[in-house]
Amino acid sequence: MKFIDEFRNKEIAQGLIRRIFEVSTRPIHLMEVCGTHTVSFFRYGIREMLPKHIRLLSGPGCPVCVTPNQDIDLAIALSRRDDVLLATFGDMMRVPGSTSSLQKEKAEGRRIRIVYSPLEALRLAKENPEKKVVFLAVGFETTSPAIATTLLQAHDEGIPNLHFLNSQKRVPPALRALLESEKVQIHGLILPGHVCTILGREPFEFISKEFNRPAVIAGFEPLDLLQAVWMLVNQIEKEQASVENQYTRVVRDQGNPVAVRKMEQAFEQDEALWRGLGWIPGSGCRQGSFQFHGRPPDRGGR
Amino acid sequence: MCLSVPGKVVEIQNNMARVEVGGVIRDVSMDVCPDVVVGEYVLIHTGFAIQKLDEKEALETLDLLRKMAEIQ
Repeated sequence: MKFIDEFRNKEIAQGLIRRIFEVSTRPIHLMEVCGTHTVSFFRYGIREMLPKHIRLLSGPGCPVCVTPNQDIDLAIALSRRDDVLLATFGDMMRVPGSTSSLQKEKAEGRRIRIVYSPLEALRLAKENPEKKVVFLAVGFETTSPAIATTLLQAHDEGIPNLHFLNSQKRVPPALRALLESEKVQIHGLILPGHVCTILGREPFEFISKEFNRPAVIAGFEPLDLLQAVWMLVNQIEKEQASVENQYTRVVRDQGNPVAVRKMEQAFEQDEALWRGLGWIPGSGCRQGSFQFHGRPPDRGGR
Repeated sequence: MCLSVPGKVVEIQNNMARVEVGGVIRDVSMDVCPDVVVGEYVLIHTGFAIQKLDEKEALETLDLLRKMAEIQ
């Protein structure tokens, strides 16, 4: 069991598509909340294989594309300070701010380092005690535990020069805002498997209880997505609405409580601005009692 | 961004593990995934194991899918 190839089996995929065609009778819109699901749907050509009357809509997407201009602008402004070393995930490099991007700034010689893990930002802070290392903290709940653990570790180890420019986002409040405003009709939701790995099922139950929509927590391989579509179509055809879990090899009902506890220790829920969606209550987080690890103060010597 | 990959734990020391992903060994923090033993698979995201993979559930899902697809 490698947990990947097994879920890319072509014969099973063809069988699942037949099942979807058999059960699906009505035109529906399904929303995949997660950008990685959107990529998988395209990469494996799944959209073209489904009945024409099943329309897939892309949801809020990913923490990178919802990061607003102002956070990018602030990161750029900080990277221009000679006492700052900015650390960021590679995905953020090309995101445009108002007038520039981190990629352009790096090309112009700013101290911007691409890191794979927030722990690398902590290492940079230890290696460069004369600099303020600012980590551009973006991420949904999938990434927040890693950021939280790094912040708590920096605190425990007494590393004073690691700062977090906090642009993290919370998914359930955004889905609530989406369902409340609902400009596009959505009949069912494909829930982000790796956000649910952390949060579990409960934070998403409101989708069925309050909005009477079915939702399925799904993995990212072709068979995962096809099974998720089948589960949603099946619920819609039977006029049911519950939150089901397709991704049982990873997602437990209670999520990952250790990870959730780290997030709660490090951050407090706050309002947040989403590019394209506006301000959403409770959809961001701030640094609670760890203010000294927040944005570095304005320049006051090096 | 939320991309995460499965890997097999080959060594654990304190809160760090060496995890094999597609033939490459990576150092991974086990801070939020403490109850894992060598030989088990974990899901890795930004240098952290975020969950243990459940082989029994994976096999059950595949079994169900084969039945749905009418493949024995």
